[in-house]
Amino acid sequence: MNAASVKNLSIAIVCIVLAALIPFVFNGYWLSIALTAMMYIALSTSWALFSGPTHYISLASGAFFGIGGYLVATGMSDYNLSFWLMMAIAAVVATVLAALIGMATLRLSGVYFVIFTLGLAEMIRNLVSWVQNNFLGSRGLYVLTDFTEAHIYWMLLTVSVIVFALGWVISQSRLGFAMRIIGNDETVARHVGINTAKAKVLLFMTTGFFAAIVGAIIAPRYSYIEPNLVFSPELSFLVVIMALLGGMHRLWGPLLGVIPFTLIWEAISIWLPNFTTLFLGLTFLIIVYFLPNGVVGLLEKLRARVAT
Amino acid sequence: MNTARTLLETINLTKSFGGLVAVNGLNFSVKEREVVGIIGPNGSGKTTVLNLISGALRPTVGSIQLAGQQISNKSAHHIARNGVARTFQLVRVLPGLSVTDNVMAGAVFGRKRLWKNHALNHAESLLQRVGLEDKRSLPVSSLTYIDQKRVELARALAGDPQILLLDEWLAGLNPSELQTGIALIQSLSEEGRTIVLVEHVMDAIRSLCHRCIVMNSGQLLASGTPDAVLSDSAVITAYLGED
Ligand SMILES: Nc1ncnc2c1ncn2[C@@H]1O[C@H](COP(=O)(O)OP(=O)(O)OP(=O)(O)O)[C@@H](O)[C@H]1O
Ligand SMILES: [Mg+2]
Repeated sequence: MNAASVKNLSIAIVCIVLAALIPFVFNGYWLSIALTAMMYIALSTSWALFSGPTHYISLASGAFFGIGGYLVATGMSDYNLSFWLMMAIAAVVATVLAALIGMATLRLSGVYFVIFTLGLAEMIRNLVSWVQNNFLGSRGLYVLTDFTEAHIYWMLLTVSVIVFALGWVISQSRLGFAMRIIGNDETVARHVGINTAKAKVLLFMTTGFFAAIVGAIIAPRYSYIEPNLVFSPELSFLVVIMALLGGMHRLWGPLLGVIPFTLIWEAISIWLPNFTTLFLGLTFLIIVYFLPNGVVGLLEKLRARVAT
Repeated sequence: MNTARTLLETINLTKSFGGLVAVNGLNFSVKEREVVGIIGPNGSGKTTVLNLISGALRPTVGSIQLAGQQISNKSAHHIARNGVARTFQLVRVLPGLSVTDNVMAGAVFGRKRLWKNHALNHAESLLQRVGLEDKRSLPVSSLTYIDQKRVELARALAGDPQILLLDEWLAGLNPSELQTGIALIQSLSEEGRTIVLVEHVMDAIRSLCHRCIVMNSGQLLASGTPDAVLSDSAVITAYLGED
């Protein structure tokens, strides 16, 4: 290990320890904001593992997240199954679904992929609502556990740490190198011998897997769950916006988008509750016009200017 | 030359785009260590032939064999791993990667499948080979056109291909660059590489190719040594027009 990686690892460990201490310092309101932020850190970072290098914008996060939340709720409420078992089942279901979506959309490019993922997520939401209302009784589902907010927060922190570790391992691997080449020119990638379909589907599956795990972990927070709540299209958009705001060419980029965004979002929800959509649009404009490479890109530009 | 085994063979190779038959019943073969030129007027189907060989396109009819194995039903990455590497008529570098990483792409995923230091060392030796050793850490987008073509050639070579496809690799070079370019391909030929090259530069065809095939409207018009085909009256008519 060289000096730079020792330094990076030390910074990472300090950050993890500080993040783990948050529930001891804050509770109630601030812990709940930290929990929301931690949820989006896991979601946006894992989303960017696929979308960062490929530039494919997926709006299916809500579907995978919903599968996590809904399966945990159904299993616990209707079948008395354990939380952990349902989380594992949800992760498998979402990963298989991601593989199918990936294989079906490989030939789509750009805007068609975006529309397809959004449409599919909405279709799944409606389908689940319909099944729930017509066949399973229209009552909602209860997720009753002994988990406190601090427990949920620590679970999400664990998932985030795993996402970062995995992202780092991928970046050092052939798969990571393949993804950088695919992001530059897919034709060249195929012609140097990269199985582009496999690489893309594999990373898309990773995204689906983590979104379902996060959805499952969050379910106990709501305690009462209905399909329209967890299969939320808004969540898909928020994940994208935060990742873009932070910047996707670095593993820790989305983190720098999530933290300011959730704080501002929270403040607006309290003081100007009707303006959250406006804020979403505004953030998008800021990204397009001023922060094409996100906060990370801005920081790197500033550092380069200071250095010269 | 005659005792060498056949490395590449096309059988009734045909590709149509809607109503347009871009390649029409083409039969030709390439022996090991041979340099074969494909020439023909604009739009005669030369690039399409290379696209079919490299797997960028699937033939409508017919097949392609590499060392006795059918490759025309395989996908491009499969064909690349089996040892077909290429450059593109409109140069295609990876703009977000360094010069070294561009070449490493070929070393890591091609037939060699090297990794880490092995791939790096191999890439650096190829950069030296094509004359880019001073520019290895630059972003490729800052390179001149000929240097980008060199990067592309080094990337293709990095996978240690059984056969190298060059699509007008010498086009757009000035006279002195052209001499350097011809010498470079000559040296590849001397070290025993099998090469199929599409070219409009007749000097290059004459000095590099052991054999040539001439295409016109997707069909094989003539084949033989460069001198023989270039003096063939049907070939001259195809290039210069009917009268
Ligand atoms: N992907 C494609 N879709 C439709 N038509 C195509 C496609 N690729 C090539 N063609 C057509 O096929 C014919 C042969 O094209 P090709 O590029 O193979 O010619 P070429 O011999 O390489 O020409 P040039 O010397 O100009 O490079 C042309 O009429 C071209 O318009
Ligand atoms: Mg051409």
